[in-house]
Amino acid sequence: MYRHGPRLLTRAIGGGVRRSAAVRAFSTDLAVAPSEDAAFVEAWRKLAPNIDPPKTPFAFMKPRPPTPSSIPSKLTINFVLPYQSEISNKEVDMVIVPATTGQMGVLPGHVATIAELKPGLLYVHEGSEVTKYFVSSGFAFVHANSITDIVAVEAVPVDHIDPSLVQKGLADFTQKLNSATTDFEKAEAQIGIDVHSALNAALSG
Amino acid sequence: MASATAAAVPFWRAAGMTYITYSNICASIVRSCLKEPYKSETAGREKIHFAVTKWANGKPEKPDIRSDSSAD
Repeated sequence: MYRHGPRLLTRAIGGGVRRSAAVRAFSTDLAVAPSEDAAFVEAWRKLAPNIDPPKTPFAFMKPRPPTPSSIPSKLTINFVLPYQSEISNKEVDMVIVPATTGQMGVLPGHVATIAELKPGLLYVHEGSEVTKYFVSSGFAFVHANSITDIVAVEAVPVDHIDPSLVQKGLADFTQKLNSATTDFEKAEAQIGIDVHSALNAALSG
Repeated sequence: MASATAAAVPFWRAAGMTYITYSNICASIVRSCLKEPYKSETAGREKIHFAVTKWANGKPEKPDIRSDSSAD
């Protein structure tokens, strides 16, 4: 029982020499990603001491930044689409994503979250300027080290949207919902209505 | 599909659609509502082209080519 005494005592005091300023590390905290696998390199050197161990992709990549012990002042975001990288490693103040549970604001130090996105507006706040995108659907991954990855299939600036096409589409799909027979057709029509309503709201909001 | 104790499924999954199908439909709807010239820039994004080759006894069989360009 007393074997654990010192450990419990240092935990109670609030850290101990080995830990950083945080009292308790979260399970979502990230350490620095290692640039080489220590166990592999050791095993290699035992078997083939004269040959250099091969480099793995990790050695060529920039290592993942660790979770900082204090909340950083800026959020780093990556916003990617299948055909281009819209925003890459940009430091911003806040980003608001259209999650299925509602508009979610992400500030530096936000808890690690995975959010499925619904069709809606994505706002990127940097200083006093705000960039708006309409996102068709996708995911937002907020990591514990204040890096946010947003992936979407289609994202357009709001002024690229044609209001008359949106109204026409809404009317078309409402009509399709009434005439739909199978579950699949009803779902497709419902998706059409949802997306067009979101486009409408984005244009007027 | 959703039992009383499971989480509520989205309507499209209840109708037998997968997330990818749902996401692609959303994207194509957004693309269809764009102004020109942005709309014509997106023309190639929905096209797919791939070939599936099954192997039997160490030899490839005839490839099954799925392509939008031949369907145009």
